[in-house]
Amino acid sequence: MSSGKSTPWALRLATFAGMLFLHLPLLFILLYAFSAEDKSFVFPIPEFTAKWFSVAWNDRPDIWPALALSVKVALIATLIALVLGSLAAAAVWRSKFFGRDSISLLLILPIALPGIITGIALRSAFNLAEISFSFWTIVVGHATFCVVVVYNNVLARFRRTAGNLIEASMDLGANGLQTLRHIVLPNIATALLAGGMLAFALSFDEVVVTTFTAGQQETLPIWMLGELMRPRQRPVTNVVAVFVIAITFIPIMLAFWLTRDTQDVAGSGK
Amino acid sequence: MSETRSIAVKFENVSRVFGATRAADNLAFEVYDGEFFSMLGPSGSGKTTCLRLIAGFEQPDIGHILVHGKNVEGVPPYERDVNTVFQDYALFPHMTVAGNVEYGLMIRKVPQQERRRRAGEALEMVKLSGMGERKPSQLSGGQRQRVALARALVNRPAVLLLDEPLGALDLKLREAMQVELKSLQRQVGITFIYVTHDQTEALSMSDRIAVFNHGRIEQIGTPAEIYEHPATAFVAGFVGVSNVVSGALAQRLTSSSQAFSIRPEKISLFDLGTPVPADMLGIEGQIESATYLGANTRFVVTVEGKQIAVIKQNASNVGTPDTILGKSVLVAWNLTSMQKLS
Repeated sequence: MSSGKSTPWALRLATFAGMLFLHLPLLFILLYAFSAEDKSFVFPIPEFTAKWFSVAWNDRPDIWPALALSVKVALIATLIALVLGSLAAAAVWRSKFFGRDSISLLLILPIALPGIITGIALRSAFNLAEISFSFWTIVVGHATFCVVVVYNNVLARFRRTAGNLIEASMDLGANGLQTLRHIVLPNIATALLAGGMLAFALSFDEVVVTTFTAGQQETLPIWMLGELMRPRQRPVTNVVAVFVIAITFIPIMLAFWLTRDTQDVAGSGK
Repeated sequence: MSETRSIAVKFENVSRVFGATRAADNLAFEVYDGEFFSMLGPSGSGKTTCLRLIAGFEQPDIGHILVHGKNVEGVPPYERDVNTVFQDYALFPHMTVAGNVEYGLMIRKVPQQERRRRAGEALEMVKLSGMGERKPSQLSGGQRQRVALARALVNRPAVLLLDEPLGALDLKLREAMQVELKSLQRQVGITFIYVTHDQTEALSMSDRIAVFNHGRIEQIGTPAEIYEHPATAFVAGFVGVSNVVSGALAQRLTSSSQAFSIRPEKISLFDLGTPVPADMLGIEGQIESATYLGANTRFVVTVEGKQIAVIKQNASNVGTPDTILGKSVLVAWNLTSMQKLS
């Protein structure tokens, strides 16, 4: 232990090194988006150009369907996750029933398991049930792990909410629906928002499960993976990557900001 | 209690069972209109279960509950004309104080203007005027307690249920609130059913008290009845301090082995050899300890191996000399102060 006031310089250095290691590669993605060399990534950049942005916009019609598909899948998977995740959280929070802990564990499992296991399992299940792979199989695949983030967020919020708020509302004359509208939803709103945004971001860049549950469809991450195999117009991938970073970063920052001051126990009486 | 008083709440042989425990065990009692009725008992004695049965959060397994003569079986909490002040207040954290108080009226679709006015009145009644725009998190414990009270009273329920509402407050505030609650109840005239484990609280505020133990009611009566004439050893011990005398000592004193109780402040200590008055019962004992408590001194006297607590007011300012310890004295009490226990 040092004097307690200042952080030891070694620890500071290690922290900076760690942060650099985590975030420097992101800068390189941005950098290569401007590289004139299109067959391989070389450093230092031989020549800077902004032409790949116009190429991506004008000459590559294959980008936009992939992007649209990813957004659609993420939106619907998030919607499913919001409904199922919050319902599951409410059930686990409010009632005690046989197998409650097992259900809680089973809900969390899809995000704890390696994606490849979830992917294989879903693929064989779809095959067994003779469901052909389509847009909806991707959505279902994504929903399995999106449910978890909503469930976790909402359950945590419920646990910090005084349990008898619902009873208090009913005592004051509100039926179930009125209680849901006036008491429950306002209290879990930010948790739903944060969970939903995380779910969206998770779904948007998912590769592994998508590979196993997609038919002919190509989501944006799959498209990018394909691009990396081909040694032409590589910087276009980086241009798209910059967009993906932006699209994923904004909701996560928003979620972080929206839930920043919910540390205090909501609804505690004392 | 006159027989003609109308009944607010009636329990008809109500039982509620949780697993192996009978939280309410064949309860039958009545609460009258406009009464301040306390349910007193240790934790787990079934008093809160009773409250939840009236509120509608629990349903009886056996028996019926009547509110104003109407069987409330199957009536959900939101359709019952009762309101609850919860132990931890359960204020809605996302609403302002005014929003909390207006909630019940808003649900009943009372026009906004009347809502405002009535919430304002309720807040005034609990001395929180001008606090309407604050959030519950900005209030002190005592203020939250008042908001919870206003939120329930604003609906003018037939019966107000209070679940240890003062439990979270410090002693000073609790005593002030006891006085306030009682005068508030007189003012609004609403039936209060008050759950507490604090006997002082029950004694000081109630018109009648029901003493609970293991899901059963040991005794119902006015505070004076409960204190002066406890029906069972449990009541004698739970409400105030009591010496419960049973077995051989009871046999020797009263020629009957039936247990009796005697309050410490009703016992006198005399010098040995003093003749015992005809209306008193006396026996020799040794003073084991004397504790000075300011207004009183508390003695422990050993009588035939049994410790008897005695409380004497410090009427003179002489104090108690140390030499008194171990001294043999005559322990005596009035025959009418003794209470036979069943």
